[in-house]
Parts: sequence; structure tokens; C-alpha cells
Amino acid sequence: MADLKSWKELPCGAIIEDMKAVLDNKTGAWRSMRPVWSEEKCINCLVCWVYCPEASIKVEDGKMTGIDLDYCKGCGICAAVCPKKVHAIDMVKEEK
Amino acid sequence: MILAKTGNEAMAYAMKQINPDVVAAYPITPSTEIVQIFSNYVHDGLVDTEFVAVESEHSAMAACIGSAASGCRTMTATASQGLALMHEMLFIAGGLRLPIVVPIASRSLSSPLNIHADHSDSLASRDSGWMQFFCETVEEGYDSLIMAVKMAEKCSLPAIVSIDGFILSHCMERIEALDEQKVRDWLGPYKPNWNLLDLDRPILVGPATLQDYYYEFKRSQIEGMRTALPKVQEVMADFEKTFGRGYGVLEEYRCEDAEAVALLMGSASGDMRQAVDRLREQGGKVGMVKLRVFRPLPHELLRKTLTRFKTVAVLDRADSVNSFVGPLYNEVAASLYGAENQPELLSYVFGLGGKEFSPDDAARILEGALAGRKDETVTYVGVR
Ligand code: SF4
Ligand code: SF4
Repeated sequence: MADLKSWKELPCGAIIEDMKAVLDNKTGAWRSMRPVWSEEKCINCLVCWVYCPEASIKVEDGKMTGIDLDYCKGCGICAAVCPKKVHAIDMVKEEK
Repeated sequence: MILAKTGNEAMAYAMKQINPDVVAAYPITPSTEIVQIFSNYVHDGLVDTEFVAVESEHSAMAACIGSAASGCRTMTATASQGLALMHEMLFIAGGLRLPIVVPIASRSLSSPLNIHADHSDSLASRDSGWMQFFCETVEEGYDSLIMAVKMAEKCSLPAIVSIDGFILSHCMERIEALDEQKVRDWLGPYKPNWNLLDLDRPILVGPATLQDYYYEFKRSQIEGMRTALPKVQEVMADFEKTFGRGYGVLEEYRCEDAEAVALLMGSASGDMRQAVDRLREQGGKVGMVKLRVFRPLPHELLRKTLTRFKTVAVLDRADSVNSFVGPLYNEVAASLYGAENQPELLSYVFGLGGKEFSPDDAARILEGALAGRKDETVTYVGVR
């Protein structure tokens, strides 16, 4: 706890500049539904990348490569915004 | 330039001169015209503003937050239920320290439904971390809105500028409009502290902070409001220097040797001014203290000013339904607690839902205050 900042050291407004704090918080633990991505169906429009609130859509050279389940919180937004005709993401129940 | 403008027209005109980057709004009586007139300015190309027509006030404030977080000078306008619907979002703008500026045509809250003036809307938003300014006249509203932009940006705090619904929003008064270029030059460009779209400085806006940081962020927000008053005063002084019109945090009217004064906010100050004149003619030692800045509350100034008088009648155009006194009274009483030479404080609630408040009503309050009369804990002026 010793490295926590005092209120006087915080930036103006509730912002976080230290992205390490974001990486430390593995929001994947929140997930009850898991996105399952089909590489064959995916047309790499990257709409899901734009909308994903956790930056969990992994992209390399303009192509989607997968979903980072350490941070994916299972909100299902990617599945909802993936073009209907493409339907490259399915949400399935997390089971042990 | 001398113009005849209603309060709504003047607020829209001020917005045109301010030329904000983004306005996101949804109409509501009695502030509808502000947005309507402003959207004409957008249509006619007189402003560079991106106008976002949204589906509710909640969305309006959400869009404003997104815009301001992206480094844009941002405004909207609303009133009453609209401000109430924004309530959740108001706190977010406050916590993010986004200098969004909102003129409101203050109006009562339902139920029962009523579209007329009182201060229930703004005072119910008291704790959301917004600066709040109250105006007596249309011109004061116009000036205050322009000043509020600079104050908000200087303090990194959002701001509400209240003109009383219908009484000011729909009544035409004479205003001396300022030169548009001069207003824009005086405001200068907006330089945000941070910008969500700044790729060179990636930040996370509005994170979840738990027991580790929430309190610390709140404490720093409180400090922002606590230290805002001198900055507000600096902007007022700068405005006066540039445009020749001066405003204080509060205004004393004929208070020099007064024994009893009335303290109030908003358009009813005009009635009180007349009542003071009338009683002064008869030799009554009375005066008025008009409070213009409710947040940041100028508690030290209130204490310094009000301890000079024997009796202070505090007039609330709202009631916090706390079984005790009005919200302004509470704050004034807290400011005076422990002071030497505390005046006697009288609590009056008046004008709810636009109930007529005349110079006669105002004079009766002053007479009562002069006599030191305190019939009840709180007097509900003009209720049947
Ligand atoms: S489920 Fe939500 S968090 Fe997970 S990848 Fe899709 S959009 Fe991102
Ligand atoms: S939205 Fe669907 S098709 Fe587009 S990149 Fe994402 S998964 Fe692929």
C-alpha cells in the first residue's frame, strides 16, 4: 500500500495515466459469458476492435488474431456489433 | 449594441458569441428556445459548432461529457426535469472535472407538474460538483454565461448559469450586447488539461477506483471547488476590465448602515431592490444582499458581510423538504456558525412554482426583519 499516491499527487479529474494499473486489473475474472471467435467466418472489418471496451480484440497487420481472455469481461458487445451476415463471434456460457 | 432580448434569446446569443465546439441538447420548457435559436445559428453557419440532437437530457449530458473529454469546448441548455434526468451524468462531469457550461431556465420539479420558476432544479443538483451562478436580469444572465466559460475552464469545473424560468427566460429586456470578436478573443481557445484522443499521452478516463483511490479523487475534486472562488473573482475582474461591466460574488444594495437585510438569489432581487428603496424613503435601515455565486459557496465572504447586520432574512426559492428551513438558509447558517456578532437569521420560502412574489411581499419581509419578528421557524410567503 505504501506506493499509493496521496490526493495531492493525483491528476485533475478521474483519469489514470499509468497504464500499468490497467494491465494489473485482469477484468477477465468478471466473465460469465465467453466470446468464441471463428477465424474462417471473420472478414476483418474490425468493428469489434472499435467497440470492445477492454481492448481485448487482438489485431496484427490489420487482421484480427484472437481475443485476449485475460481482460475480456464477457460483455458481448463484440458479438452484437459483428455484422449479422458474418456472425463470427458467439457468446457461450463459461463453464469449469 | 443595444438589443431587446428575452432571457432565452440572450443566452442563445451568448452561446453564438462563445462559439462552442460542441452543443448536444434536448429541448425542455422553459429553456427550449435557447437550443432552438442556437440550432438556427448552426444552420445559418454563424457558429462552427457541431450540434448533436439527442434523444434525452441524459444522453445530452453523456454526449457533452464525451465531447469535453475529447478536449472540446462544450455546452448544452436545460431546465427542471431535464436537469433532473441529467443528474447521474452531472456527477460524472463533476468528477472528471470537465468544464461543460449549461444555461438553465430554472423551474420547479414535478409532482405536481408545474413549468414555472423556482430554484428546485439547480439546488437539487447542489452536490454534483458544478459551479452555480444565479442571475437577476437578462443582461446579467448573458454576461454570466460568457464569464462562466472562462471560469469553468480556469477551475476545471462544470458550471450552471441560472436564469429564472419565464420571469427571465421569456421576458424581454434591454441588453447591451458585447462585440462578438471581442468576446471570442477574450475567451481565447480552450486548452484542456487532458484529451482522451491524444495519442501521444494515452490515458484512461473514468476508471473504476475502489477503496484505494475513490476517496482521494473526491478529496482532490473538493479542493478544486474549495480553491475556485478567487479564480471566479479574477475572471469577474478581468471581464470588468475588458467590457466595463462589473459583478461581485455577492452584491450589496443600500447596506451601508442597514440593520436588517434580505439575502436572496435570482430575479426576485429586483422586487427586493424596489422594496428596499421604498422602506429607505420611510427611513427604514434596510438593504439587500444578492448572492450570485452559490457554488463555490463564498462562506467566508458571507460571514464577513452578514455579521455587520442585526437581522438577516434568508429567502429560499426552493425547499429541501427537510422539515426545517430552506437550502440557502442552511448554508448561510452554517457559514455563520461560531462567528462573533452573529445576526439573527430568519427563514423565508417563497415563489415556488412561479407563485407571484411582489415588491409588497418583499417589503413585508424587510419590515418583519426590521422588527426582528420571528413568528415561525420558517415563513412560507404567499401560500394560502
Ligand atoms: S465480450 Fe466484451 S470485453 Fe470481451 S472481447 Fe467482446 S467486447 Fe471485448
Ligand atoms: S466484427 Fe466480426 S467480422 Fe468484424 S473483425 Fe470482428 S469478428 Fe471479424
